[in-house]
Amino acid sequence: MNGLLKDYEVGDFFDEMFSAPGVVRPHYELVARRLGEMADGELARKCVLAEKSYLNQGITFTVYSGDEGTERIFPFDLIPRIIPAKEWEHVERGLVQRLTALNLFLHDIYHEQRILKEKIIPEEIVLSAKHFRPELIGFDVPKNIYIHICGTDLIRDRQGVYTVLEDNGRCPSGVSYVLENRQAMKRVFPKLFHKYPVRPVDRYAQDLLAALRYVAPHDNPDPTVVVLSPGIYNSAYFEHSFLARSMGIEIVTGNDLLVQDARVFMKTTRGLKQVDVIYRRIDDDFIDPTVFRKDSVLGVPGLIEAYRKGNVNLANAVGTGVADDKVTYYYVPRMIKFYLGEEPLLPNVETFLTSDEAERKYVLENLENLVVKAANESGGYGMLIGPHASREEIEKFRAAIIDDPRGYVAQPVISLSRSPSFCEGGAEGRHIDLRPYILSGEKTSIIPGGLTRVALRKGSLVVNSSQGGGSKDTWVLDDDEPVPESGQMTNPSALRPPPSALS
Amino acid sequence: MLSRVADSCFWLSRYIERAESNARILDVNMQLILDFEDQAPPLVQRHWRAVLATLEDQELYNELSQEITPDAVLEFVTFEKKNPHAIVTSIANARENARTVREQISSEMWEQINRTHLYLRDGRGRADFNDSPIDFYRRLVDQLHAFQGTTDATMLHGDGWDFIQLGKYLERADSTSRVLDIKYHILLPSGEQVGGNADITQWMAVLRSCSGMEAYLKTSVGQVTGWQVAEFLVLHDEFPRSIRFCVDQLDSALHRISDCDRGHFSNEAERLCGTLRSSLDYTTIGAVFQTGLHQFLDQTQLRLIQIADAITQTYCQWKDE
Repeated sequence: MNGLLKDYEVGDFFDEMFSAPGVVRPHYELVARRLGEMADGELARKCVLAEKSYLNQGITFTVYSGDEGTERIFPFDLIPRIIPAKEWEHVERGLVQRLTALNLFLHDIYHEQRILKEKIIPEEIVLSAKHFRPELIGFDVPKNIYIHICGTDLIRDRQGVYTVLEDNGRCPSGVSYVLENRQAMKRVFPKLFHKYPVRPVDRYAQDLLAALRYVAPHDNPDPTVVVLSPGIYNSAYFEHSFLARSMGIEIVTGNDLLVQDARVFMKTTRGLKQVDVIYRRIDDDFIDPTVFRKDSVLGVPGLIEAYRKGNVNLANAVGTGVADDKVTYYYVPRMIKFYLGEEPLLPNVETFLTSDEAERKYVLENLENLVVKAANESGGYGMLIGPHASREEIEKFRAAIIDDPRGYVAQPVISLSRSPSFCEGGAEGRHIDLRPYILSGEKTSIIPGGLTRVALRKGSLVVNSSQGGGSKDTWVLDDDEPVPESGQMTNPSALRPPPSALS
Repeated sequence: MLSRVADSCFWLSRYIERAESNARILDVNMQLILDFEDQAPPLVQRHWRAVLATLEDQELYNELSQEITPDAVLEFVTFEKKNPHAIVTSIANARENARTVREQISSEMWEQINRTHLYLRDGRGRADFNDSPIDFYRRLVDQLHAFQGTTDATMLHGDGWDFIQLGKYLERADSTSRVLDIKYHILLPSGEQVGGNADITQWMAVLRSCSGMEAYLKTSVGQVTGWQVAEFLVLHDEFPRSIRFCVDQLDSALHRISDCDRGHFSNEAERLCGTLRSSLDYTTIGAVFQTGLHQFLDQTQLRLIQIADAITQTYCQWKDE
């Protein structure tokens, strides 16, 4: 190895690029060669170029401190993550299977509740879930689709097995970075793209619009679809506006909409115009102050009534948060068996429920070795990473678990796979995850790859942008043939079955 | 289009035009003062006070600063964040409005205004200003012109574009009337006659502040008189910054938005704008001077404000708000 990868340490992790120190996996060979050939400072210069283009395009999120917001870019790592076609095929099948089961589950718990009656999942787990919405029981959503857009976070364990870390079935964000990262990479490394059969990602917006149009009320063939955003002060506003622009539809805030006779209208210069489908990027809690949180100023009074009368559809459906619950997560492999009669293709991470007495005892005795997560938090908040935590933090979580056993789960610390990432002076291994975006419409489609998030802080396992995370472009190869075969590639059929969550 | 979006397009455009016009006013007056034979501070101060009066910034300026110096005025009108009309504030506001309508305007427009905003924010603008304020203002005006060009070349010429035209021409008509009014606030140095050298220099500065010097010379065979300059800036039907031209464009955009025939009106904004337009079409500069130029300009500014309010009420506000 020379150049940037000269002193690269593989470490005791699954490394995406290296199968052993100095041995590059076949599908990374061209990238490794290109990095090796780079002159001193070339990558750093390219990095500055890419950052400048993000800044000029306003691809930023705002961090507020004092009276003035500072706009930051989401750090972008120029070394791509590459997924061979065969590996991806397996991941894709696993995700379709998982999302199919989750949609069936949501329909079931808001209707017959078979899975509860047959005691596959304890009834109290679902009924006590923070985001379970009894208001929607018996309500039929168009085409029986609840999660139209799902972001499922995957990690690879020490053996490289793709494992599900969590499902985001409410308002998963980040897809705009997938599309913008690809643009940036094409600018910075145009030649590499010629050499790799990288599957394009730019159909996402069209697929999303098709999925949204498909679920219009009353099978309206020409529905008006809008994106509902909390507004420009929301940290994901760039993405909301990006998606609206890419779909060629309006972006609205709560104040732009009003409800009359259980129909939703937007206020236009030519009067009121009826809205049929709302891709909402506001959580259930804030969407209608007459039904959920009364203090919400972001929502639209009367929206839920219009929704229940079937005059407008919301994506994602109201009440999907129960599927995000980390206690529900524990049961997803059982859901798959129950609804589909199949074995899960993608395993869960081994999880302990603190609501179970025996497991709670184990968790409380081993807090310093475990990761504890609040059942209903996201974005890396409400999390304890035992080995990195202080005595105080551990005791705080111990008290919290005892106080609310249903509110937490625990998992062993997983050594996420690492990928070479550009750091000061060279490339170093950094932990990564992967969030593919899954669309459920007439068919289920998945963006090839998704968002690879990278924990840029040395040794950190937290990839969230709020906690020092960045992202990489993710290349799914269309065809593995041009890349020479080698025994070092992970063969999907060799993936081991999931470690049973039941044991 | 959404009422909120129409409102943002309108204001985005007003702020761009305002920043451009302020940059030009500062550039021209700075140069004009350099030409003064007498650089006595009271004279210079009186001149800048007149400029501040035109920009309606005098009160705030007095609150923030002790005395009037050229540097302090330039700083105040260009960079002072507490000044709601400062160039940096206008650009930041334009950009904030653009951000809320990013899916309506083209990416090229967004990137153009965002670049200008970053240029002023990250120190490059300040560095250029320190090197040469004149070059700095020119560069800024160029960037804002580029925004106008990008807008015309890349955006759908539909409702959104028309609301941008409304904002642009309203602000521009207002700005031309203010620039012309500077002449009312500036006193001639003692011993100078109306029609004398100093008077002509001041009228030329007024023309330059409206980018109108060259165009004016093409229509007036080399003579610069107050009468003719005022006629040119108020009533010329082809000069793109004359009040009449702007009001005509305003009227035309309003009728495109409503699909109502010109010469008729379908809402209050159109009625007010049509009235102003026809009075400008059928007046003469003699009649204007008979009323008094300052009074005429004052009235015109008032009527423009009424039109702006009517536009907001017709298109951008809802009863529940």
